Amino acid sequence: MTIALVVAAAIVAIIVGWLLRQTLNTKPWIEQQHPIENVRAESAWSLPPVKVGLGVFLAVATSLFALFISAYFMRRMGADWNTLADPMVLWWNTALLCLGSIYFQRARTAAQRGQIDGVKVGLLAGGAFTFAFLAGQLWAWQQLNASGFYLATNPASDFFYLLTALHGLHLLGGLWVWGRTTAKVWRGFEVADVRLSVELCTVYWHFLLVVWLILFGLLLST
Amino acid sequence: MAYVAHDESDYVPPAEVEEVELYHPKTFIGKYIWSQDAKVIAIQYSITAIAVGLVALVLSGIMRLQLGYPNTFSFITPGTYLQFVTMHGMIMVIYLLTALFLGGFGNYLIPLMVGARDMVFPYVNMVSYWVYLFAVLLLMASFFVPGGPTGSGWTLYPPQAILEGTPGASWGIILMLVSLAFFIVGFTMGGLNYVVTVLQARTRGMTMMRLPLTVWGIFMATILALLAFPALFVSCIMMTLDSLLGTSFFMPAIVSMGQQLDYGGGSPILFQHLFWFFGHPEVYIVALPAFGMVSDLISVHARKNIFGYRMMVWAILAIGALSLVVWAHHMYVSGMNPYFGFFFAITTLVIAIPTAIKVYNWVLTLWRGNIHLTVPMLFAIGFVFTFINGGLTGLFLGNVTVDLPLSDTMFVVAHFHMVMAVAPIMVVFGAIYHWYPKITGRMLNDTLGKFHFWATFLGSYAIYYPMHYLGFLGVPRRYYAMGNTDFLPESAHSLNAGITIVALIVGAIQVVFLYNLVWSYFKGKPSGGNPWGATTLEWQTPDTPPKHGNFGPTLPVVYRWAYDYSVPGVDEDFIPQNQPPGEKTRGLEET
Repeated sequence: MTIALVVAAAIVAIIVGWLLRQTLNTKPWIEQQHPIENVRAESAWSLPPVKVGLGVFLAVATSLFALFISAYFMRRMGADWNTLADPMVLWWNTALLCLGSIYFQRARTAAQRGQIDGVKVGLLAGGAFTFAFLAGQLWAWQQLNASGFYLATNPASDFFYLLTALHGLHLLGGLWVWGRTTAKVWRGFEVADVRLSVELCTVYWHFLLVVWLILFGLLLST
Repeated sequence: MAYVAHDESDYVPPAEVEEVELYHPKTFIGKYIWSQDAKVIAIQYSITAIAVGLVALVLSGIMRLQLGYPNTFSFITPGTYLQFVTMHGMIMVIYLLTALFLGGFGNYLIPLMVGARDMVFPYVNMVSYWVYLFAVLLLMASFFVPGGPTGSGWTLYPPQAILEGTPGASWGIILMLVSLAFFIVGFTMGGLNYVVTVLQARTRGMTMMRLPLTVWGIFMATILALLAFPALFVSCIMMTLDSLLGTSFFMPAIVSMGQQLDYGGGSPILFQHLFWFFGHPEVYIVALPAFGMVSDLISVHARKNIFGYRMMVWAILAIGALSLVVWAHHMYVSGMNPYFGFFFAITTLVIAIPTAIKVYNWVLTLWRGNIHLTVPMLFAIGFVFTFINGGLTGLFLGNVTVDLPLSDTMFVVAHFHMVMAVAPIMVVFGAIYHWYPKITGRMLNDTLGKFHFWATFLGSYAIYYPMHYLGFLGVPRRYYAMGNTDFLPESAHSLNAGITIVALIVGAIQVVFLYNLVWSYFKGKPSGGNPWGATTLEWQTPDTPPKHGNFGPTLPVVYRWAYDYSVPGVDEDFIPQNQPPGEKTRGLEET
């Protein structure tokens, strides 16, 4: 539980830190009331709401994965834990997901520069690599199955299936948004209309890449 | 006090607030069923939560019948008794209180109080309700499946929760776990809305420190819930797998009914950690919105600014942060390292400090206020009393050495019902009496309201005070019947019977409240837009009840904090948040 605690503490620290930077130390009861013409134009919070929404969602997902990892560590102390021979294909999968993330980043850069072709290439390649990653994960399941590790064989394999499935489901959710964005690009929307979606997809993919790297390290280490 | 010149705190957002495109429903179904209006969603949430809460209330009545008069009712078997206990607890904590405070009040009040047209993601908000309703229906379905609902206690501890012999171990527990998972998914959708709306959709001039405390409470509770509910989600998934697919996440090697089961090596303690990592913040998920609302009720009905607004906000943040590091005080009896217990006892007692700050501030707000003993105010004061009482017994139970003998006795039941059931319900009632005029345009009947308050308040004390005493005597919780127990005097049994009588009466009296809700909707006295003379934005809407979009053609601009009551030198005893300065100056500036 220490891990979950540290993660939760970090998230709370970010929230409280942000709030403190806001106006948390002001005295609202003796504030002078201004006529509205006196306002300053720049806003601390000019971010679009969806972006903040994604940030909050990533905090929730972080909490979820941290709790699973905590459970993983606690359960690993059990005497019946067998070390799992991780399928080699996982290395290839990791490379695929990295490539996916790189292409999303390229799509994002292209979107910022207003190059619709770059966006198309980035999105297509990113999506394709992600599908390849998911196929590779299924293959890894096949290999595990073939070597006699089923879902209820050993806690190590239980967790392997559970964690990879959870991560894969998050990717599938991302791919749904990716599908909508890609469809928009193909139907001839302007770059400006999809820039935000591309950006959000990219952030989400980077997040899931980091999660995967942590999970992969964890699965390798045991 | 110093005169504060123009600084960060006076920040007023740019003059143009982006108009949001509202979804405009055309049909009845679009308007009232598949609605994307946060106010309609709030009412859908509230009605569902209250309806399912009534089921749980009836269940508690049946439990009391058994406890007060064992061996009398043939339809209550040990199995059904445990099922009723379990369903009562889970429904009340999650499907009623969490849903009502965040889904109900959160949806209704956040957009109105921060000056927004609606939540930032109305579609997601609508889906949130329907997922919640689905979760409720799944849970209710467990009454009708073979074996009935689960009887494992609301904490669902493995291994017993999924072992043969526990009621509902085949169907009931699975429905419960799946329903909880859906609830969490639905809540996360709503929660994203509440947080982002508070952060992003505040109107011009509404700085964080001008937010009413209601919004602060709901905001922080939502953050807590978003971080803590995943723990329940994780444990639900892993237990479902243990039950259905035979994994051993939580299940140790075990012999059940003379048979060695296939499980082995799992850790029931792991489940307890995960469950309480959610379970303790859950207390504050319910309590923080209650704290926030009661602050507003007290301030409005005492016609006085809230005492120590800043401290109240900081206390909410401190309670929120601390509540994540106290969970293991529910596990003192599960055999932990004494240093571990020591750590959690310390954090548990430290949380009393910000909580006590809040209590003092409520009392100091009342101090020399112009107290109007309206029904909402009665309930607010009732809350403060009840919360202090429940909090004090929390100090007992937070200490490891005191907790060990009291653990799993009626003392614990009395403690958490005072602090987590009666206290928040007082706020729920107070808040409904307070905001009902805004929601319907009519006042609730005052006489019925006062009767309802006194019956509920005195009744709950008559129920839960004696229960502490039963706990001291050693009466365990969750037992179907005590039988011939030597250490219990005869008086303990008659006390139990007495509690049952009062509980049934108090339960029945809630009908008066429901009647009042319905009757007043049609026949109540028209309330006008701002019957209590409150400053916050929801009372300044052009229409009552507010139309979709809340504020008519232009959004309000906020010039002051939410608590300008009885300002010296001003004719009226309140200044709405959106009243520009100048017309009526505040007498404070020279002081």
